[in-house]
Amino acid sequence: MLSNITLGQYFPGTSFIHKLDPRTKILATLIYIIAIFFAESTLSYGILAGFAFLVILASRLPILMVLKSVKPILIIVIFTLLIHMFTHPGEHILWSWKFFVITQEGLETGLKMSSRLLLLMIFSSILTFTTSPIVLTDGIERLLRPFKCIGVPAHELAMMMTIALRFIPTLLEETDRIMKAQTSRGADFTSGNILQNIRNMLPILVPLFISAFRRADELAIAMEARCYRGGEGRTRMRELAYGSRDMFAYLLVILLFVGLAFMKWGKACVL
Amino acid sequence: MIKITELKHYYTDADGKEVKALDGVSLEIKQGEFVAIIGANGSGKSTLARHLNALLVPTSGKCEVDGLDTMSDEKLWDIRQTVGMVFQNPDNQIVAAVVEEDVAFSLENVGVPSKEIYPRVKAALEAVGMLEFAKHAPHRLSGGQKQRVAIAGIMALEPKCLVLDEPTAMLDPQGRKQIMETVKKLKQEKNITVIYITHYMSEALEADRVVAMHKGKIAFEGTPKEVFSRVDELEQLGLEAPFAAKVASELRKAGAKLPKDIITDEELALALCQ
Repeated sequence: MLSNITLGQYFPGTSFIHKLDPRTKILATLIYIIAIFFAESTLSYGILAGFAFLVILASRLPILMVLKSVKPILIIVIFTLLIHMFTHPGEHILWSWKFFVITQEGLETGLKMSSRLLLLMIFSSILTFTTSPIVLTDGIERLLRPFKCIGVPAHELAMMMTIALRFIPTLLEETDRIMKAQTSRGADFTSGNILQNIRNMLPILVPLFISAFRRADELAIAMEARCYRGGEGRTRMRELAYGSRDMFAYLLVILLFVGLAFMKWGKACVL
Repeated sequence: MIKITELKHYYTDADGKEVKALDGVSLEIKQGEFVAIIGANGSGKSTLARHLNALLVPTSGKCEVDGLDTMSDEKLWDIRQTVGMVFQNPDNQIVAAVVEEDVAFSLENVGVPSKEIYPRVKAALEAVGMLEFAKHAPHRLSGGQKQRVAIAGIMALEPKCLVLDEPTAMLDPQGRKQIMETVKKLKQEKNITVIYITHYMSEALEADRVVAMHKGKIAFEGTPKEVFSRVDELEQLGLEAPFAAKVASELRKAGAKLPKDIITDEELALALCQ
């Protein structure tokens, strides 16, 4: 029952966006997210939304699927909208009832704040939709490599992520097996309130942890037997390489960034 | 190739008692030899295997691999490249989430240039017959397939000696057959030394030499015929002789005139039909 869980939300494909170097995608996503916080006017929000829309088109992902990715944060978005609507001070009162007051300014800020959240979520899910977790790990390792000298354990982090990706399905299978074993001994995982449910998890977690530690121990010995000695002097089968399409993508996203920065501060400079 | 002299390995267990895992083992293995090590649980066969690539070092005595003493720290990585090791549980020795990435792991560790890695990965996967699964996720493979991937991961390093520590203990009969065939094929094609630790006597039959261990010592060794015809002695060590050898021994006791060296089913059938 647990075995059909897919890792992440990778949607395989061969589009322009899929083929981009993972580093390009990670950095472009970061730049876009920073650019979101430059946006003030309605026009700038329009540009950002349009850019996201074009990227989705270029990635050939089903638009509905990408839009659905905002589901987990929908409550936060609505909450943000409501708080801004009711608490923002303003002069143009649109509606009031007892001490509830909605001002036009409040409504506008609320809409903008929640669209920031929506854009952020949508754009970063394009990254995870078009990049497999393994490639993503590679990208993160390469991006962190220059920071090794200030003590960022780039290789170790990547190794940990690789092993986690490798063992999540194995441990899920194991959890499934333990659950069945405990059920067959009369354990009940389906009824009861939250507190009881948490208590019921104990007979699953204890054997799972013990087995995970044993696995870790055996894996460590096997890795040592295969000459693993940390990141020092290690090579990679596939070195990431930037292509011309990556340069193009960087150009576009930097253009967007500069454009939005100009819209925020540019006028002040010109005047 | 491998020279073990008076090897002893003692350790203290959780209760503070001293355990003599290996108590004076001497063994010499030539390049290209296929040696099976059999023994009951706790007879010290896994401990012995772990000395061969310096995962464990002797308490006293000596273990030399290709002229290198396993006690020397500088030569540690040379030793581990010379002697590759495959473990019992295939799940717990596969590191990466893609088959070919996992095979590349050992090559990446020893710093093989990027360009040379893929051809060697491909060759190793081909040698174990798993090339078509190169892009698969390990957790979707069968036990026998996973174990073959683990063997490929070791073979990519081109070791001179392959140590397999009960590689088939967790596999179904089909997986067991796959592994045995793979090992035999590798030995034939690459003339590597194979040290095969097993519980299954049918697998030990395939070896050039069988070493039976008992309580940290070598009880006896010889060709499969020499070892497995000693049915009663094997039983005393907590081991079971192959079925044919047992039947032949019982028949001899009952008065049948059968040659003493029957160990395989075919030999038994032929002898009975005469």
